[in-house]
Amino acid sequence: MSDRNRSFHLSRRQVMRGLLATSAFGLTAKLGTGCAQSPGSGGGAAADGGAAEELVVGFIYVGPKDDFGYNQAHAEGAAAMAASVPGIRLVEEASVPETTAVAETMRSMIEIDGAKVLFPTSFGYFDPHILALAEEFPEVQFFHAGGLYQDGVHPKNVGSYFGYIDEAQYVAGVVAATMSQSGKLGFVAAKPIPQLLRNVNSFTLGARSVNPAATTQVIFTGEWAEPVKEAEATNSMADQGIEVITCHVDSPKVVMETAERRGVMTSGYHANQSSLAPQGYLTGAEWDWSSIYTALGQDFVDGKTLMTGGIPHILRGGLADNFCKLSPYGPAVSDEAKAAGDAALAAIESGELVIYAGPLQTNTGSEILPAGKELKTDNVELEKMDYFVEGVIGSIS
Amino acid sequence: MATEALGWWGVPLGILAGTLRGSVPFLLVSLGECLTEKSGKINLGLEGTLLIGAMSAYAISYLSSGIVGPTLAPWLGVLAAGLAGMGLGAIHGWLSQQPRVNDVAVGIAMIIFGGGLANFFGKPFIQPQAPQLPTLPAGGWSSLPQVQSALQVSPLFLLGVAIVPLMSWFFKSTRWGLYVRAVGDSPDAARAMGISIFWVRMAAIVGGSFLAGIGGASLSLFYPGVWTERISSGQGLMAVALVIFARWQPWQCLWASLLFGGAQALGPAFQSVGIDSYYYLFNAAPYILTLVIMIITCSPKRTLAGAPGALGKDS
Repeated sequence: MSDRNRSFHLSRRQVMRGLLATSAFGLTAKLGTGCAQSPGSGGGAAADGGAAEELVVGFIYVGPKDDFGYNQAHAEGAAAMAASVPGIRLVEEASVPETTAVAETMRSMIEIDGAKVLFPTSFGYFDPHILALAEEFPEVQFFHAGGLYQDGVHPKNVGSYFGYIDEAQYVAGVVAATMSQSGKLGFVAAKPIPQLLRNVNSFTLGARSVNPAATTQVIFTGEWAEPVKEAEATNSMADQGIEVITCHVDSPKVVMETAERRGVMTSGYHANQSSLAPQGYLTGAEWDWSSIYTALGQDFVDGKTLMTGGIPHILRGGLADNFCKLSPYGPAVSDEAKAAGDAALAAIESGELVIYAGPLQTNTGSEILPAGKELKTDNVELEKMDYFVEGVIGSIS
Repeated sequence: MATEALGWWGVPLGILAGTLRGSVPFLLVSLGECLTEKSGKINLGLEGTLLIGAMSAYAISYLSSGIVGPTLAPWLGVLAAGLAGMGLGAIHGWLSQQPRVNDVAVGIAMIIFGGGLANFFGKPFIQPQAPQLPTLPAGGWSSLPQVQSALQVSPLFLLGVAIVPLMSWFFKSTRWGLYVRAVGDSPDAARAMGISIFWVRMAAIVGGSFLAGIGGASLSLFYPGVWTERISSGQGLMAVALVIFARWQPWQCLWASLLFGGAQALGPAFQSVGIDSYYYLFNAAPYILTLVIMIITCSPKRTLAGAPGALGKDS
């Protein structure tokens, strides 16, 4: 033991020297990049409207950028913004947890990269991290996906945007129910938050608009990314003879692949997953951040800001406003289902179809809306949803 | 209707299928940890080993499928996972045996290191689809597609089950097994026998990490069959705890792994037949089970029966 001990022995002086050398290296590396980027971010952006100036826009994702899911949808939008708006430079960081880590990422994007606009995309980044950083850097604009902004409560340089993707889920439900003979549909869900419940309900209402006997079986996994449970849930549904499975989890890859292996049809979510399930993929509810981010990018370059009111603090929209879209129909989709889907899509885009229209009941039998009443897509009542509509098999508690 | 619904039969079937599918990583990791702990060292880093195994298996399977074809590629992936595990194991084996180094602390560092390394190198492999390991259709006798699908047995599961009696025999009846047990139970006696404690422990840790790496391969190449950064979701740590409640016996590792694998399927299977309350409770079933068994079997009057004598002590 003792001679092995000696051979690996480091004197205090050696340790100190090593530590000094490492920190010196780290310091120079950091200063070096700081200097290199200062021409891009240094002063005068407000004065001349930024004609030749490069505007740095930071995107932060909670998971990997190519997860076939939520993060991929945002990353594709960010890439589209950088590609189609000249004068924008993108800085990105993926897999940033919803902890103080995101505050550090935002801080270094602002201080080191000189970012003037930040898109921290995950829901849980908002409170307290974005709010704290927004107070500290009032000249930087923060855009958050989730619709949590409250006028007068939150700082002026914070904005929120979100899409009514449940409109796309409604159309997907129409297609799914037309393709399914038994009308048994399945939904792999993560956690019972209002947005997820709304997706389940809209999918079910779409399905029941073509087949009044259609049902949606919901299975909660309890977490946004729980690959083994998602696969188990998909398998259990396949065992129960469910014919079309869709989901609301961070990355639908496991659900799509497992369902395809079991010969069950699928309907995607977040992004286009048709390559994962080439046979059974019907359609899917996708975010269309490309159009939104490109429009916002143009606003930034034109010098519009949240603080001056050039950009509204709350941006929302559905299919008609290009916040979301449907995946192209897969090869399995029949002409009848395509026609039904297209009709529903057109009716929603023109505004003549209201998804939440009375009479509407929860799956426990209590009334949501009496006959003749309706809740339009942009009604805030729908954002507090805490029920399943009739036809959903599952409970929230 | 093409496929009949199974109704209530879906629950036992789901649990059975979940047992066959979900227990493989638990089994391989717990066997690996059993070997390691028998030599008197704890390797908590197997969670990181699981991740690096999953990543390297998926990456190698994907990259080599163009060269060696999609049948051989996943097997190369399994081998790569084992080797990557051995690499991490060697680091742990060397570090944790330095003077005044605590093996639990090193293990925690290895969890973070292994996970970080896997995430770093795994970035380009999240999106592509790698060829998967073949499965043995043990349900061919049944006409029900559900049963056929439930009884898709992975060769890695069979490998794990085959290792159980082998390891049991190894500890009981071989000279090498005796060395491992001697080093784990009484290092002084082992040293008096002329055994190198360092190398026996190193071999046990590296061997255990090899098995854990293969456990990772089963996650990415069998079930659920993808590579993502959160694929392990704590299964490596659970498997380490499982060794304690399996009392360092390979056979009991097998039963415990089956139990944990099956328990994972409990929540989804119950919800699919309409028992949808308390799903958080069902999802927590394996952890509750661990706690209950720990409470039942612990006693203030004696130390854990079967624990290697030198486990967790400074050498």
